[in-house]
Parts: sequence; structure tokens; C-alpha cells
Amino acid sequence: MALYRALIELADDHLVLGHRLSEWCGHAPMLEEDLALSNFALDLIGTARSLYAYAAEVEGKGRTEDDLAYLRSEREYLNCLLVERPNGDFAHTMLREFYFATFMEPFWQAALASSDKVIAGIAGKAMKEMAYHLRHAGEWIVRLGDGTEESAARMQAAVVDLHPYWEELFSGGDCDVLPDRAAIRPAWEASVKAVFAEANLDWPEPVYGQNGGRDGMHSEVLGRMLSDMQYLQRAHPGATW
Amino acid sequence: MVTASKAWDVAAAVPDPELPCVTVAELGILREVVMEGDVAVARVSPTYSGCPAVQFIEEAIAEALRDAGFQPRIERVISPPWTTDWISDAGCEKLRAFGIAPPQKASNSKRALFGETVVACPRCGATDTEKLSEFGSTPCKAHYRCKACLEPFDYFKCI
Repeated sequence: MALYRALIELADDHLVLGHRLSEWCGHAPMLEEDLALSNFALDLIGTARSLYAYAAEVEGKGRTEDDLAYLRSEREYLNCLLVERPNGDFAHTMLREFYFATFMEPFWQAALASSDKVIAGIAGKAMKEMAYHLRHAGEWIVRLGDGTEESAARMQAAVVDLHPYWEELFSGGDCDVLPDRAAIRPAWEASVKAVFAEANLDWPEPVYGQNGGRDGMHSEVLGRMLSDMQYLQRAHPGATW
Repeated sequence: MVTASKAWDVAAAVPDPELPCVTVAELGILREVVMEGDVAVARVSPTYSGCPAVQFIEEAIAEALRDAGFQPRIERVISPPWTTDWISDAGCEKLRAFGIAPPQKASNSKRALFGETVVACPRCGATDTEKLSEFGSTPCKAHYRCKACLEPFDYFKCI
């Protein structure tokens, strides 16, 4: 069951972040960003679908990708707390995306060599998509951090607010067909700090990290998000389009 | 074998719902059609993970096969992953004629992935173009403008 659990952790990270990004649809500061964020959401939800479908197959209890997405409660979700953070302002959204993409791009790159063919297949697609997310979000970090007084202050505020959450990206169940999460940490920190230097942003002092997402212990915002996302299936069980 | 090749012809002629100028075979998303007993099995690779048209395309292929007297089954193949390199030369030419700049080849290199190569205007052929937005009307397209003829156009992004 190590594989099932690891797949659920990964899938939940993608679905929760994808749903968060989809909340921007129609609300982004300009049309191009509205399209970009909706596209990111589609990529993430698409990857989540593939991962849930495979997890359901591995579990072998006859559940489907939809059962896993719509019929599990908050405590059964194993995503890290970073991805469930509310959208906040544009700086918060872009920083959350930047942290996630800086982790996922090398993760999928390493997963290409997995002996599990399904995982290697998902990785091949997700890696290229994530490269776009990484570049786009990274450009915004620099543009806002090295922008006006107002944008720099808000970008720095986002860095402080999300500082307790990034370390949990490197935790997760061990599984021999997926890359070791902890091994990605040194490169992640180096990449993030390089972009921060370009953006004139300060890397904050260490703080007490918030975690627990991998054990199903979430902040209250996830329950609200799921009640929105799962409403249709809960109110009308089995409904299809 | 005659049956399998006829089933291929039927499935291959299905147009893409978002880019009706090209067929699923020219886009490279229809990988193969094989006969398993009486069942025609069509193997399809999605373009982007979250491509909303995937299910629609699968149903359209199944329907075309059914109309031609086959008993269809669709299999989704994610490995190896689809890349824009699989779009045929004829497909690229049709995209251009339709007003969409076709993707650069060799999409596995980061240069092509990030569009650092020159994108020619599909209308006037000029190479003096600029990117307006990395994200366009569908996940697979970016938005460009030609500085010579001033027409905005879609560019099929590399992946």
C-alpha cells in the first residue's frame, strides 16, 4: 500500500492546488493572467486525474478517480498544507505556485526513470507542463519583488506568510518507484534563493514549520474548499454530466 | 488485416474538435487501431494532461467506428507521452493554412519548449513577430502578433 499512499499524496497536492487556482477564473488582474491561471489549473487537475486513476487501480477495491476526488473527507486528504493556503493576493498565489513548481519539475524529471511505466508516462507529460508553470511564476516573483514599492512589500509579505509551509513539500511516504522527496531539497533551496536574489527579496529567518497534511491534519480552509468542490456529488450522489 | 486497415482509415478521418482543420491521425493522438477478435481497439494519447477535449475525441472516434460497422473500444495511452513532434508534416501545413503557427520540431529541447526560436507569421510568413501571451485560447496555444502585417495569431506551443 506504500504506492497507493504515495500516489494519493501526489494526486491530492495537484487537485487541491488546481482547485485553488481555478478559483481565480474570471477574477485575475488581467485577461492574460486569467488564461494562464486557468491553464495551470487544467494541467494540475489533469495530472491529478491520471494519478487518481492509477491509485484506484493499485488499490483494487473498485473505486474510481471520481470516488477518490469527490467522496473522501478532509481527514482522508493527504496534501501538504502549502497547496491549500487561500489564494490571498496575486503575490501569494504566484509564490505558492513558484514553490510547488520548483519542487515538482525536478521530481517529475527524476520520475522519468521510474521502473513503473505508468508513473514514467505521467512524469513525461507533467514535467514539460511544470516547466511552463515554473518559468511563468518565477518571472512574476522577479517582476513583483523588483517592481514598485507596493509590489515589493506585498511580495515580501507573501514570503513571510508562506515561510512555515514550504518544508512539508519534502515529506511524504517512501515508495521505491517514486523519487526521494528529501533529496530534492538542496537544489530547491538553491533555485528559490537565486530567484529571490534577483527579485531583491529577503529569505526569512527559520520559523517553526507547519505540517500534518500528510497525516490528514489540515487547516480549516481545506474543509471549506472541499465543501465547495464536492457539493454536487454529495448532494446528488452519482450525478454525471 | 484488411479490416484493421479499414478501421484505421475510419478512425483516422475524425477531425479534432478544437482544430477541425486537422484529423486525430495528423495530430498524432490516434496511435493505432488493432483488431482483437471482433473488437476494433483504438489507442489514443491525450495532448495535455488536462485537455478538456480528450473524452469528446474518444467518443467521436468510437462513434465513427460504430457507424462504419465496427465494435469499438478506446484505450487511453499515456506512455510514451504525446509530443508536438508527432504532428505530421501535412498536419503542420494544414494548421498554418488555418492561421495557426505550427509548433517547432524537436520539442524535447528547452529552447523549443520555451519558444526561443523564431515563430513565423502563418499569414504573411514574416519572422518579425512578438509573443503577447504564453497562454491562449486552449492549453496548447500561445498568442502572438505579427509586426509586419499586424495580425494577431495563435501559435501551437511545443510540449
